[in-house]
Amino acid sequence: MDILSQQLFNGLTIGSVYSLVALGLTLVYGILHIPNFAHGAMYMLGAYVTLTMMLLWGLHYWLAMAISVLVVGLLSVLMERLVFHPLRNAPPIHDKIAAIGILLFLEALAQLIWGADYRSMGTPYGEVINLFGLTVTMQRILINVGAVVVMLLLYLFLKKTMVGSTIIAMAQNREGAHLVGINTNKVAMLTFLISGGLAAIAASLAAPINLVFPGMGHLVILKAFVIIILGGMGSIPGAILGGYILGFSESLGATYLSNDYKDIIAFLLLVIILSFRPKGLFAREGF
Amino acid sequence: MAALLNRRTVISGFILLALVFPFLTKNSYVLHILTLAFIWMIAVYGLNLLAGYTGYLSLAHAGFFAIGAYSLGILTVKVGMNYWLAFLSSLIITCILGLLIGLIALRTKEHFFAIYTLCVGYIIYLVIDKWDGLTGGVRGLIGIPVPAGFGPLSFEKPLSQYYLILFFLLLTVLMVYRIVHSLSGRTFIAIRNSEELAKTLGIATMKNKLMVFVLSTLFAGLAGVLYASFIRFIGPDIGYITITFDLLMYLLVGGIGTLAGPIVGTLLIVWVSQSLQFLQDYRMLIFGPLLTLLIIFYPRGIIGAFYEWKIKRQEKKRMRALIKNHKDAEFPTANSVPDKKVKEG
Repeated sequence: MDILSQQLFNGLTIGSVYSLVALGLTLVYGILHIPNFAHGAMYMLGAYVTLTMMLLWGLHYWLAMAISVLVVGLLSVLMERLVFHPLRNAPPIHDKIAAIGILLFLEALAQLIWGADYRSMGTPYGEVINLFGLTVTMQRILINVGAVVVMLLLYLFLKKTMVGSTIIAMAQNREGAHLVGINTNKVAMLTFLISGGLAAIAASLAAPINLVFPGMGHLVILKAFVIIILGGMGSIPGAILGGYILGFSESLGATYLSNDYKDIIAFLLLVIILSFRPKGLFAREGF
Repeated sequence: MAALLNRRTVISGFILLALVFPFLTKNSYVLHILTLAFIWMIAVYGLNLLAGYTGYLSLAHAGFFAIGAYSLGILTVKVGMNYWLAFLSSLIITCILGLLIGLIALRTKEHFFAIYTLCVGYIIYLVIDKWDGLTGGVRGLIGIPVPAGFGPLSFEKPLSQYYLILFFLLLTVLMVYRIVHSLSGRTFIAIRNSEELAKTLGIATMKNKLMVFVLSTLFAGLAGVLYASFIRFIGPDIGYITITFDLLMYLLVGGIGTLAGPIVGTLLIVWVSQSLQFLQDYRMLIFGPLLTLLIIFYPRGIIGAFYEWKIKRQEKKRMRALIKNHKDAEFPTANSVPDKKVKEG
């Protein structure tokens, strides 16, 4: 029982990180119908920028994270302007290849700047506490709480503000949004900004309990793709739900099935789902 | 007719060059790299059939390459099978796995297909990496035999391996050429251009897609088999996604959906990589942006750009001739522009 609840908590923590990454991916997919393979690189950069800010300038964790969100978000916008915007009318295969090109470039860049070795990130919230009989670190609690807060803020932003609803409008119908006077270029840039920011938050939250290295985005982005297929491409609640489902199945699978093959669970899940539902579990258009 | 003759002489010239190349260089390293490039080309042709002609971007290609290589490795090293029997069995194993995966993967489309195959590729890699008993795990398989000889022919020396692999490359090119110019090839292109329309025309899209998928895995498997007996050591890394990305880059630089593209792209990138060897892991700093810029400005690679330039030049020439001939007649209308764009698939 004790192991079970500990693993459930672990699943919740992993799931929170997955959900945040998948949210950024699903937002971009909803607007532009691009499977952004470079999103994993954004995740990796987010962790590195936070780490550098903390080590180099000795900034506080939160401040470093804020700068990271800004830097990665702006990089994301730059990517949209330079690459995806010129490709907006190209066949879908082109976007994917362009995104792969960006991914390869950013990984090599990270390796050039920060080296290939694994690094660990310190956190001011390292103390171990006892929570309802569970032994957890503050950082893990922070991940859970932080993820929920970010999701709530995102929800309020999308549903309650004018700017947020333009994103939803564009996801529903690009031409329609254009006709009613929404500046689709601005909305696309804004979406990429949010998406990059979400990746940076997820990475900065998760980095203290994992390691930071140039290839850290690989598995996360692959799993994020599994999640958004699970939850329906472009669907926001689907991304959140899918993230938690995957988190739980992984942590339980690692305990009760095999730790060696735990990474395979996500992909097997996807292979099974797509075998029966070729368009994803909750396939529907828009939000 | 003149153009065909021209083309034929160019092709025979290149084949001749490839045949005499080992005598032009005494550098065994160059020969080694070139042989390796030939192996990649075979795999790229497989990817080209699927991604270039049918429009389905498979990211599991390195996985099938690894399946071919590991099948041969396991059958010769662990089972001790006769080389050519193992060779044939490896190709059959790759095709059967390709058929099974294709049956499910091809139910998905576009992005889903790319992501699905990406995950399948990753599963293949993980299985190879973790299944210690069968594949040797991270240690890999060593001591894979060179191809067994036929009578007086033996493939012990690098030079004879070079010719063996060149033979398979030429066979691959010939097969792809025949496929692309057959009715099946036209069908694949029809599916790429619009699957709905192809269906409406009465084309059995699933059957055709499955055929091209299996063919594409066959070439990947063939490349893997040749790789295993050429390098004689295989590790799980050959199934990793980076290999797929490499193949994709060779294809794109050369020209996706063109016949000569895989050769041109592979040769060029392998050559540039060799001269940029001091960059090692950082070579993606150059190739990553190159890939992105290429897809924005020259989506059909070097060969595609060349054909476009040729068509434009011909058009210009024709227009000039028309204007000259009909100085006092009416100006040629848009209808008289020759419809030559469809030539290269």
